[in-house]
Amino acid sequence: MSLSYYFSIALSAILIENFIFVKFLGCCPFLGVSKKTDTALGMGVAVIFVMTVASAVTNLINTFILGTTYAYMRTVAFILVIAALVQFIEMFLMKSMPALYESLGIYLPLITTNCAVLGVANLNVSNGFDFISSVINGFSAGVGFTLAIVLFASVRERLEYAEYPKCFKGFPIALVAASLLSIAFMGFQGLSIF
Amino acid sequence: MSFFKQLKEGILTNNPIFVQLIGMCPTLATSTSLKNGIGMGLAVTFVLMCSNFVISLLRRFIPSKVRIAAYIVIIAGFVTIVDLTMQAYMQELSASLGMFIPLIVVNCIILARAESFASKNKPLPSLIDGLTMGLGFTLAISILSSVRELLGSGTIYGVEVFGSGYTPIIMMILPAGGFLTLGMLIALFQYFMGKFQKKEDA
Repeated sequence: MSLSYYFSIALSAILIENFIFVKFLGCCPFLGVSKKTDTALGMGVAVIFVMTVASAVTNLINTFILGTTYAYMRTVAFILVIAALVQFIEMFLMKSMPALYESLGIYLPLITTNCAVLGVANLNVSNGFDFISSVINGFSAGVGFTLAIVLFASVRERLEYAEYPKCFKGFPIALVAASLLSIAFMGFQGLSIF
Repeated sequence: MSFFKQLKEGILTNNPIFVQLIGMCPTLATSTSLKNGIGMGLAVTFVLMCSNFVISLLRRFIPSKVRIAAYIVIIAGFVTIVDLTMQAYMQELSASLGMFIPLIVVNCIILARAESFASKNKPLPSLIDGLTMGLGFTLAISILSSVRELLGSGTIYGVEVFGSGYTPIIMMILPAGGFLTLGMLIALFQYFMGKFQKKEDA
């Protein structure tokens, strides 16, 4: 596989097919932990990490264990692996990188139920990606997620001082802001390089 | 707790989408047409009822340390049943919902109900809780998808409403329209609930 092929996978996952604004994956943490820019960044880094590792592991499992014979077990197998993986990463970070562990805090366990992680594993399979492509796709999808959540968090910080009707307080105004950001991301649709 | 009290909680006061704001991904992604919305709603309702029932039956046997993993396995089992059934008998719907059927596993509504209701209550109330919460979800996603389908393609459930002179607002069936419509609907919901509560206080 050529370098340009990998580059196109990465660019597509970050911008053109952005997980949040185009594919609607991972909306819960996107809306839940985007009130402050630094917590959003922490969540983003944790997601990049888990998505990259999860893409690699689920690819190996799908190729060497499930194959086509046990394809119907894919959902069960993947979600179990992701849950175990998150727990494992948590323990590993706690022992070896306490500083990073502290900064990620409660976001790590939350990632198990982030549908973007299971989503990227399923997408890797349905796109027929090999090992390296899967890892690149997982990593770039995480970067795209981080980009979206950090941008959105900085918009929401500004919204604190904005004036809007009372019934829009809380989520509604955030959703309207997300809609505008999503329109901005629609501009990348023309960037098709495949 | 009576059935009607649970029904009111699931549909109005504790609606999964409009009040609790959980399960956003499938809500936004599959609400492009009423057909998809109802299909998704019913799939979630089925999984929610079954998983609530089974988890409630097993609530004394699941050790609390591994409960989340145990819940996820139970839920994933039912989701696989729904996924395979849909692929076999409802190919069209299965194709348009696509990857969001397997993703019901990580839908926060189901895990949240398992954790906060089914693990503490008897099987029958848990089953009813699954039904009412599922209906609340289905209702909310149906409203959202009818608005989006009406504006985005000028149809409701595939039936043309505005006639051929109507130019569809394509944006409404794109992701941006999903965020916008949901934001507007929640604002509307909060507006009326606010008025309603003021009346009750007075």
